[in-house]
Amino acid sequence: MTNQITLTIDEKEILVPPGTTILKAAQSVGINIPTICYHDYCTANALCRICVVEVEGARTLVPACVAQVSNNMRVRTNSERVIRARRTILEMLASSVDLSDAPDILAMLQEYQVDTNRFPEAEERKPSVIDDNPMYIRDYAKCILCWRCVQVCATDAQYTFAINFSGRGYETQIGTFYDKPIPETTCVFCGQCVGVCPTGALKPKKQWLLEQGLPPAEIVQLTRFNRSANSRCR
Amino acid sequence: MTKISLEPLMPILDKLAPKGRTALLPALQAAQKIYGYVPEQAAVAIANRLHVPLADVHGVLEFYALLYRTPVGKTVIHICADPVCAMAGADTMLKQTSRKFEFHGKHKDKTPTVTIERSPCLGLCEHAPALLVQSTPLVQPESYTWEDLIAGKGKKPRSIIGGDISILTANCRKGQIVWLEDYKAQGGYQALNKVLQMAPQEVIEEVKASGLVGRGGAAFPTGLKWESAAQSTAQPKYVVCNADEAEPGTFKDRVLMENDPHLILEGILIAAYAIGATYGYMYIRGEYEYQYQVMSQAVDEAKKDGLIGNNILQSDFSFELELRQGAGAYICGEETALFESIEGKRGFPRVKPPFPTTAGLFGKPTVINNVETLANVPFIIQKGATEYRKIGTEKSPGPKLFCVSGDVAKPGLYEVPFGVTFRHLLFDLAGGIRNNRTMKAALFGGAAGAFATESDLDVRLTFEDLRVAGLPLGSGVITVFDETRDMRDVLLRLAHFFAEESCGKCYPCQIGTQRQYEILQRLATSSLLPGDLERLQDVGWTMTEASLCGLGQTAASAVLSAIRLWPELFKSHQAH
Amino acid sequence: MQPDHVTLTTCPYCGVGCNLELHVRNNFIYRVTSPFDSVVNHGNLCVKGRFGYDFIYSPKRVTTPLIRKDQQKPGRRHQAFGLDQWREVSWEEALEFTANRLTEIYQRHGSHAMSVYCCAKATNEDNYLLQKMFRTLFRTNNIDHCTRLCHAGSVVALQMAIGSSAMSNTAAEVIHNDVFILTGSNVTENHPIIALQMKAAIEKYGAKLIVVDPRRIEMVNYATLWLAQKPGTDVAVFSAMAHVILKEGLHNRKFIEERTENFEEFVASMEKFTPEYAEHISGVDRQLIIQAARMYAQAKNGAIYWALGIPEHSHGTDNALSLINLALLTGHIGRLGTGLNPLRGQNNVQGASDSGAMPWHYPGYQPVDDEQIAQKFEKAWNIEPGGLNRKRGLTTTEIIGSIGPNGVRALYIMGENPMMSEPNLNHTRHQMEQLEFLVAQDLFINESGAFADVFLPATSWAEKDGTFTNTDRRVQRVRQTIPPIGQSRPDWEIICDLAKRIEKRLNRPYTAYWDYTHPSEVMEEMGRLVPDYAGIRYERIEKVGLQTPVWDVNHPGTTYLFSEDFPRGRGKFHPLEYKPSAEMPDEVYPFILTTGRVLEHWHGGTLTRNSWLDDLYPEALIEINFLDAQKLGIENGNAVRVSSRRGTIVLRCKVTEKTTPGVVFIPFHFAEAAANILTNDVIDPQAKIPEYKVSAVQISPAQEGEIYKPVLSQKRGRY
Repeated sequence: MTNQITLTIDEKEILVPPGTTILKAAQSVGINIPTICYHDYCTANALCRICVVEVEGARTLVPACVAQVSNNMRVRTNSERVIRARRTILEMLASSVDLSDAPDILAMLQEYQVDTNRFPEAEERKPSVIDDNPMYIRDYAKCILCWRCVQVCATDAQYTFAINFSGRGYETQIGTFYDKPIPETTCVFCGQCVGVCPTGALKPKKQWLLEQGLPPAEIVQLTRFNRSANSRCR
Repeated sequence: MTKISLEPLMPILDKLAPKGRTALLPALQAAQKIYGYVPEQAAVAIANRLHVPLADVHGVLEFYALLYRTPVGKTVIHICADPVCAMAGADTMLKQTSRKFEFHGKHKDKTPTVTIERSPCLGLCEHAPALLVQSTPLVQPESYTWEDLIAGKGKKPRSIIGGDISILTANCRKGQIVWLEDYKAQGGYQALNKVLQMAPQEVIEEVKASGLVGRGGAAFPTGLKWESAAQSTAQPKYVVCNADEAEPGTFKDRVLMENDPHLILEGILIAAYAIGATYGYMYIRGEYEYQYQVMSQAVDEAKKDGLIGNNILQSDFSFELELRQGAGAYICGEETALFESIEGKRGFPRVKPPFPTTAGLFGKPTVINNVETLANVPFIIQKGATEYRKIGTEKSPGPKLFCVSGDVAKPGLYEVPFGVTFRHLLFDLAGGIRNNRTMKAALFGGAAGAFATESDLDVRLTFEDLRVAGLPLGSGVITVFDETRDMRDVLLRLAHFFAEESCGKCYPCQIGTQRQYEILQRLATSSLLPGDLERLQDVGWTMTEASLCGLGQTAASAVLSAIRLWPELFKSHQAH
Repeated sequence: MQPDHVTLTTCPYCGVGCNLELHVRNNFIYRVTSPFDSVVNHGNLCVKGRFGYDFIYSPKRVTTPLIRKDQQKPGRRHQAFGLDQWREVSWEEALEFTANRLTEIYQRHGSHAMSVYCCAKATNEDNYLLQKMFRTLFRTNNIDHCTRLCHAGSVVALQMAIGSSAMSNTAAEVIHNDVFILTGSNVTENHPIIALQMKAAIEKYGAKLIVVDPRRIEMVNYATLWLAQKPGTDVAVFSAMAHVILKEGLHNRKFIEERTENFEEFVASMEKFTPEYAEHISGVDRQLIIQAARMYAQAKNGAIYWALGIPEHSHGTDNALSLINLALLTGHIGRLGTGLNPLRGQNNVQGASDSGAMPWHYPGYQPVDDEQIAQKFEKAWNIEPGGLNRKRGLTTTEIIGSIGPNGVRALYIMGENPMMSEPNLNHTRHQMEQLEFLVAQDLFINESGAFADVFLPATSWAEKDGTFTNTDRRVQRVRQTIPPIGQSRPDWEIICDLAKRIEKRLNRPYTAYWDYTHPSEVMEEMGRLVPDYAGIRYERIEKVGLQTPVWDVNHPGTTYLFSEDFPRGRGKFHPLEYKPSAEMPDEVYPFILTTGRVLEHWHGGTLTRNSWLDDLYPEALIEINFLDAQKLGIENGNAVRVSSRRGTIVLRCKVTEKTTPGVVFIPFHFAEAAANILTNDVIDPQAKIPEYKVSAVQISPAQEGEIYKPVLSQKRGRY
C-alpha cells in the first residue's frame, strides 16, 4: 500500500498504516514498550508516562500509547533518557502506594532494577480500606490513579458515573459524590471497575475476605448483616 | 445535613440550565455566593438541572481550591505565601491575622466567621505581602482594626506602572479605569473598524507580518495560530482569552484588565473576526474578582454600543463573548486545562495533539491567546506590521511588559521594547536593589522559570538572547532576591507551590512535585539525607522530560537551575 | 491472590450470553472477569454475571437426593420447604422411586397424563435429552418451558410473518443503526450489556433512539423521542406509525414488491389507525407518533428491539405483528444494522427452544404434527413407526390448567419455578395441589419444588459442560469449573440415568440411546437432526461461539438473517385490529399493574435470592407515580396493600417518576409479595402467552406489620 508510514524503532525499519500509535507499531515488530495506565479497551490518557520513548527532534519524551507515527520518525524505546525516566517513575510509584497486588508492575520493578526504597521518608498514600457494600471493596492504598475505573464507569463502558475524583495532585483519590457509600451512589455494581483495576485496589468482596484469611465455608455462611457490617443501613 | 433553601439558587439555575455542563463552574460559584459554600443539596440541584452526573460535580468541586464543600467563615482571607510575599513578611502576616482572629473572632460564636487560608500567588506581587479579604486586595493590614479588616475596609493597592514606552500601558497610567467613552476618545476600536473593512485573511497576514508571538510563556507565533484555526473546516470556532494569570510573580494581565479593559476586548474581537469565530470566552482567574467586575462592566458597555453582539458596527460580523471566572487552579492557565474548565470539568490538561486550533474548546477549532498578546493586536492593525516591527529587535519585535518584584526599590509593571538589558530594567526602571544591597539572584519566568545572577545583568531581554543565556522569558516575570535571602527557603516555597498546584494527572508531576517538596523540606531544615541531591535531580529530570504538560515540565526548572548555580547549597548540609 | 485455574464459560443469567472467566481457588470461585476481546460483551458484565454466582455455595442449596417423608396425595399436596419434611436418600433410591412412579402413572393413564417443564437456564444438551425422554418414553408432547411465558407471542408472530423466530440481527450491530426503536424492554436492567452497546451507539455513533414504553426507563434519558403509551395499546401506536408511513409515502415500494405479500389487505386495515385514533387509545401525542414514523421510515438503517412488554399480552402476537409490519413496510430487515430483534430473556431460552423444549415442535422447530418429520425422528430415536405422538402438546399454562383426574397427573420440572412465574398464582397453587406426582430437579427447594415428591439435586452451570445459545443465536460453551457440590449431578446425567431405568421398566425392545460419555456427543446427535445446528462442534466453539444457522462443519455461522429471502419465502403483512387488554382499570380496580424484573434479580429468584445479590434489592417494592401516591396519601417506603380480582399482596412502595400516573410496576421475584398472585391468567389465543403486562389492581395503605418478612435494607442511590 502506498499510504503506509515508514519509521524506525530501535533501528528497525517499520511500515504501518497512518494513525498507528508508536506503541502498536512497536508491538507489530515484537518490541515491547511497558505500559501501566494503558488498556486496550479504555480511552488512552498517557498519564502514567511509563511508555515514554525518545523521538528524534522532540524536546521531551513522547508517550508511545497515544503518539502516532509519522514518516521518517526515528524512535528509541530504550535510550538512557527513557530508562532513567521509567526507573524514576517506578521508584516514585513504589514510594507512594502499595504495589504488592500488582504483578505486572512488580515485574517492571525487577526489569528496571528499581530501588523500591529510593525515596526514604516519603509520604505514602495509605487510606484505610472502604468496605461499604456486599460486592467489592475499595483499597485506595493500592490505587495508582490509572483512571480506568472512572472511565469504564463513565463513557468507556457503563455510563453510570458513580465515581470521580476527590482532591488533586498527590492528594487525588477516587471518590463518590460527597463521599457517600457506594450503594447510595448511582453504582449498578457491574464491577467493570473491578475488572480493569490493575493493582487490586478494587477487589471482589469474596476475594478480599478470602485474603483476610476467612475460609470459603465461613464466607458463604456470612449473614446479610455481616456482609455489610461496615455499611449504613436504612 | 443542614437544610438549606434552594429558592435563591433556582432562578440562577433556570438561566444556566440551557447551557448544560459548560455552566457547571458558574453554577457552583453562584451557589457558593449564596451559601458561602456548596451544600450537598445545592450540588444535587445543579447536577440535575445541568444534567451533570453527581460524581462529576463532586470531582469538579474537589478540583478547585476556591470551591468549598463544607461551610467556611463568612469572610475568607487569603494570604499569599509564595517567595515574593514571603520575603515581604507573609508568614508574619499570616500568624498575626490568625492571632487577631483567635482574639477577636473565634470566641464570639461557635461557627467560625472568618476563614484564613494560605494561598498561592495572588498576582499582587508588587504589593507584597498580598492579602485578599473576600476577594478585595488590601495593603498594610496591620494598621487596621480587626473589624475594618474583615469588612475589607482599608487601603487598596496602587500599582507602579512605568517603562520606556507606553503602547500597551498607555491607558493604564491614567490612574483610573478607561471606560468605553474614554477608550474611543483615545482612538479605541478604530482597529476593529479597520479590520471589518479587511478580509479575514488580510488581518491574519498583518499579524503574521508583525512577528507577534504569544506572551503567555510559550511564544508561539500568533498569526500562525490564527491561520491554522481559520483554515480548520469544523464549525463553530472559538476565541478564548486566557486571563488565568497565576504564574507566581506575574501581574501584567491584571494591570491591563483593571485599567484598560476595552483594549483586550478589541483584541479579542479582531481575533474572532480573523478566524471566523462567533463565540468567545474570557477566562479570568478566580482571585481576580475586581478585574472580573471591571471586564464585565466593559463587556456590558461594548454590548450596548454594538461592539459585541449581532452585526457588529453594522457589519456581517457577529460575536458573543462570555466571561468566566476560574476557581483557584494554576493548571487552568494551561490552555487545554482551561478548555476543560470551561466545559465544566476538572482542569486536567489534555494530551496534545490534537492542538487547539483543530480540536480545542468543545472539540472545535479554537484560538486561545493571552491577555497581553491580544492587547498588542489593535496597535498592529492600526499602525501596521511595519510600524510595529520598528519596536524591539528583529527576532523579538514589539513591546513587552515585565513584572518586576521582590527586593527592588520600585516593584511594578514596566513596558519596554524587546532588547533593553536586564540591567536597564532593574536599575534604571525598577530603582535597583532595595536597601542598597546587592542582587543574589533573579528568578526569570516565575515558579516555572530559572535563576539569573549578576553575571546575567547585561543580557538583552529578547527571546533570542535569553535562549542563549539559558533563561526563560516566560510571561515576563522577574523576581529579585538580594544577597541576604536564603535560597533554600525560596526553593521550598516554589516546591510547595507546585505540589499544591499539580493536577495529579500524570505520574511524574503528581508524585514528583510531592517528592521534590519533601526533599526541599529537608534542604530547608538542613537535614538532607545521603543521595538527596541525586534524587532531586532524577525527579527533576523526569518531571521535565516525561510530564504531560507544561506545569510538570517546568516544575523542577528553578530547582535544577539552583543546583547548577549553587551546588554547594545541596552538599553542605548533607549528613554523612 | 493467584487462582488455581481460570475457566472460560458463559454467563447463566440473561440472553446476552456474556463470556465469563471464573477464577477458582480450592474449588471456590472468588472472582469473575471477562475477556476484553469477547465479541459478545467486550469484557463488560452486569452485577449478576460479575458477582451473582455465589448461589452455588449457598448453605440453602440441596445437594443430596430427597424423597418426601409424607406421601403426597392429589388434592392434599402441600409445600415442604424445610429439610425435616424430607428424607435424604441415595441416588439409586431416588431414581428408582422416580422411575417407578412415572412409569406407573404413564402405564395407568397414558401419554396425556405426562408432562415436563424443560428449562431455559439449562444447557441445550440437557433440554434436548429431557424432551427426548418424554417424547420417546412417554410418547407425549406435553413439553414446554418458560419461553411460553416470555416471547411466545413474538415467536408465533415471527413464524407467521417470516418463518423464523430468532433475533434477525446481532445485538452488537446496534452501532450500525441510525435510528432504532426500543419497546417493551427495560434494557438497562434486563439486558444490561446490550444497553451499554445502545448507549455507545447513541453517544458515540450518533444513532437516534425512539423509546415506546409506558415506563420512564433509564434509556429515555438517551432517547430522541419517548412515546409513553398506556400498557396494552401497542398495536394502536405501531399501526398508526404504519398509517403515517403509508399516508406520507415513506414506505419502501421496492422491498414490498420484491419481498412481501398481502400488502393490499394490510393497507386497508391500517386506514383506521390515524394518529388521532391512536392518541385516543394510547394517550400518546399524535405528533410524537408522526415524528417517530418519519424518523424510523427515513432512517438508512432502522431497527426494532423489543422484549416482553410486547408479547406478554392477551394480544401479544398482534403486538409483535405490528412491529413486523413496520419492518416489512420500510425494508429495515435483511441488512447489517437493521432488523427485528426480540431480545431473549433467559441465557438459553433460544437454545431450549431450538432443542425442542416445545409442545408443537421437535428440535429445530420441526412440527410434531408433520408426518414426515415425525418419521424422521422415529428413525433417529429408534422408535417403531407411528410410535411418536403426532398431537401437539400442552403449553406451560395449559399443563397447569389441565392437572386433574383425567388430565395431567405427573409433572417433571427441571429448574423452573411455575409457582412464581405462572400468572394467577393462587390458581396455580390449587392446580399444583392436584398433581399425582411431581419431580423437581433443581439446586434449591423453590416454591414449586416444595410441592414435589422427589427432589433430584442438579449441578449448577459451573459444575457441568454443555452449551447455551444466546439471543444472537450464538452457541457458546459452558464449562465445568468446579466438581459437583455434594452429591449433585449434571442434569444430562440425571436424565440419562433415569431414562435407562424407565426404558427398562417399559420393556422397550430398542433404546433411544442414553449412553453418552460427554455432552458434546449430545450436541452432535442434535446437529444431525437440526439443520441449523449441523455444523456445531465443541472444538469449533472453544473460544468464540458460532451463530446459527451453521449449515455444516465448515460454515462460518450467520451474523444476520434474511439478506436474500425469508424462511417462508415472502414476508407476510398481517392486517390488525386494536384489541383492548382483557382487564381494563375500572372504579374498583383503578390502576394498571405491569410486571417485570429488576437488575439485581432473576425471575422466580431461585438463584438471585440465594445470592448476596439479594442484599442489594432485598424486598419487593411497588413503583408508583408521585401523583398517584399523593392521591392515595402514601409516602415513599410506606406499606401498601395491592389487590386484584385474584389475590392480594402487601409490600413497600417506591414513589418514583419511573412509572406514569395510573400505572404501577411490581417485580415478580419476591415470594413474600409475589406479583403473580395478582396477574391475570388470560392467554393469547395464538401463542398461549399470559397477560403479565396488564392487570387491574386497587391499592390502599397498609400497616408496616403486614409486610411479610420485612428486611433492613441499605439505602440505594439509584432507586
